[in-house]
Amino acid sequence: MADEPLILGIETSCDETGVGIVRGHTLLADALASSVEQHARFGGVVPEVASRAHLEAIVPTMDRALKQAGVTIADIDAIAVTSGPGLAGALLVGVAAAKGYAVAAEKPVYGVNHLAAHVAVDTLEHGPLPEPAIALLVSGGHSSLLRVDDLARGVTPLGSTIDDAAGEAFDKVARLLGLPFPGGPWIDREARAGDPAATAFPRGLTAPKDLAAHRFDFSFSGLKTAVARWVEARQRAGEPVPVADVAASFQEAVCDVLVGKALDACRSSGIETLVIGGGVAANSRLRAMAEDRAARHGIRVRTPRPNLCTDNGAMVAALGSHLVASGVAPSRLDLPADSAMPLTVVSV
Amino acid sequence: MTAVRLGWHTVLVLVVDSSTPAVTAALVEVSADAVAARAQRCTVDARAHGELLAPQVDAVLADTGARAADLAAIVAGLGPGPFTGLRVGLVTAATMGQVLGIPTYGVCSLDGIGHPAAAGEPVLAASDARRREVYWAVYDGAGQRIAGPNVDVPAVAAERARGLAVTIAVGDGAHRYADVLGLPVRGEPRYPDATALARLAAERIRAGAPSEPLTPLYLRRPDAVAATGHKPVLP
Ligand SMILES: [Zn+2]
Repeated sequence: MADEPLILGIETSCDETGVGIVRGHTLLADALASSVEQHARFGGVVPEVASRAHLEAIVPTMDRALKQAGVTIADIDAIAVTSGPGLAGALLVGVAAAKGYAVAAEKPVYGVNHLAAHVAVDTLEHGPLPEPAIALLVSGGHSSLLRVDDLARGVTPLGSTIDDAAGEAFDKVARLLGLPFPGGPWIDREARAGDPAATAFPRGLTAPKDLAAHRFDFSFSGLKTAVARWVEARQRAGEPVPVADVAASFQEAVCDVLVGKALDACRSSGIETLVIGGGVAANSRLRAMAEDRAARHGIRVRTPRPNLCTDNGAMVAALGSHLVASGVAPSRLDLPADSAMPLTVVSV
Repeated sequence: MTAVRLGWHTVLVLVVDSSTPAVTAALVEVSADAVAARAQRCTVDARAHGELLAPQVDAVLADTGARAADLAAIVAGLGPGPFTGLRVGLVTAATMGQVLGIPTYGVCSLDGIGHPAAAGEPVLAASDARRREVYWAVYDGAGQRIAGPNVDVPAVAAERARGLAVTIAVGDGAHRYADVLGLPVRGEPRYPDATALARLAAERIRAGAPSEPLTPLYLRRPDAVAATGHKPVLP
C-alpha cells in the first residue's frame, strides 16, 4: 500500500554493509556489500578491516538500494540503523552514516537492536508476527533464545551461549576439516553426503544436571573439542578423515540442541510460534529439523529465506517499519553505537 | 565548466573534522576573495565523536538559520587520526554530500594546524597518534607542507623537523610530547582549524572542482592478527 511508511535500514554491525528499503511489510530493496573475503585468511572477522570496508561501501550500497527501490532519499519517511550489539568500530560507521543521511535529508532516525531486527525481518516474508513468540537467533556472533511479547518495545532473553556462538563452532570445525571460512555453508554442503549418525558427538547443556541451571542456554565449546579430538585421533592413526560424516554428525549435534531447546521454550510457555533467524538459520538441516519436530507439537516455525537470515539492511528496515507503525518515538541525534546493547532495548 | 565563473556569489560550506580529540563542525562562507567563519561547534572528547558530530552539524545550521539544502560543498579533514573517530567525520561528509548532491573535498587535517601556524618560519605540526606516537608534518614559512604526513615516535619526528630547520612546534601532539620534541610550542591552533581547512579547499570550491572520494589518511595497517592454526587438543 502506497500510504504505508517508506523505511530505510542500515546495517554495519559485522562484515556486511547492508542497506534495505521497505514499505510496510514489503521489501523493495536489499543491497549488500561484504568484506568477508578480506577476512577469510584470518579465519575470522578482523574488526578494523571490517570498519574500513564499511566506510568505502556505504555510499555505493545506498546508491544501489535507492535505484533498486526506485525511490530517492527525499521519499523516505524514516531511517533505521543498527546501533548494537556488534563490533564497536563497525557499528559506528553505520550510525554516523544514518545520521549524515538524517541531517542532510531532514528525516527521523531510529537506532535499533540488531537481534530484534533478525526477528523483524521475518515479517517481510510471513507478515505480522503473532505475539507472544519464541525466537531462536543463531549466527557467528550470537546464539540466543528469546521471548517476544512486543517486538516494538522489548524482548525477554531466555538463554544464550555460555561460550562459543553456534556459527563460531561451524567456523572452527570447518577449519579443522580443511574447509574455507566462513564454515557454515561448507559444513552444510559436505554434510549432505554424510551420515548424521556416524558419530554421536556431545549435546552441550542437555544433561539433567545442566538443564537445572541452563535450561535455555547453549554451549558449543565442548562439542568443538570433541570433534577436534575425534579428527586428531584419526589423523594420528594415519587413517583418512571422513569429512562428510564428521560434518553431518557435528551439524546434527548443533541442530539437535538448538531445536530441542527452542521447542522446549515454546512448549513450556504454551507459545505456538517459533521464529528462527541469524546466519546459522540458513543451514538446511536446522530448517528441516525445526519444521519436522515443531509440526509434531503443533508449533509453527517461521524462518525467513536464507539471504534474509544473514545480516542485511532489510532486517533493520523491517524493524524500523514496525517501530514507526507502533508509534515509537525516533532516537535523538546523539544516539550512540553500543557494542553491548542489551536485548531488552529494541530502540534507543 | 568555464574557467571564469561570472556572477560568483558567496556560498555556504560545511567543514567537519574528527581526526583529533576535538570534534569540529563549522559553517564558513566562501566568496570570490575571502573565506569567513559563520558558526562553529568544537568539543574535545576523544571517546564521543559518533555522538557529538551530527548534533553539532545540526547546531551550526540552526545558528545561521540555514538548512542542509543551502550548502554548496563539504570540506572534511582526512586525518591522519585515530581510525574510529576519524571515520565519523568522513562518513558524515560523504553521506551528506550524497544526499545533497554537492561536492566533498578532503584536506589533510594536519594542514589545518600547520598552515595557519606557519608565520614566516618552518613549523612542526603534531597530533596524538596514541601508542606513544604522533602524526606529524612540517610546513615552510609560507604554510606549505614540506614533509609528512607521517606517524612516528616523537623523537623521530623531532629529528626530521630539526633537519628541516624547524624552530617551533604546534598541535595537541606537540603539547603532549613537548619535552621529547625539544621545541617551543605555539598555543594555537591546538586542533585542526575549520576555517583554515576551508581556505585550503577554497580554490576547488570556487572552481567547482569535481567531488573527491574522502579516503582517510590511515598511515597504519589494520591490526590484523592471523588466526593461529588449529592447536591440537590431545596431549
Ligand atoms: Zn546478525
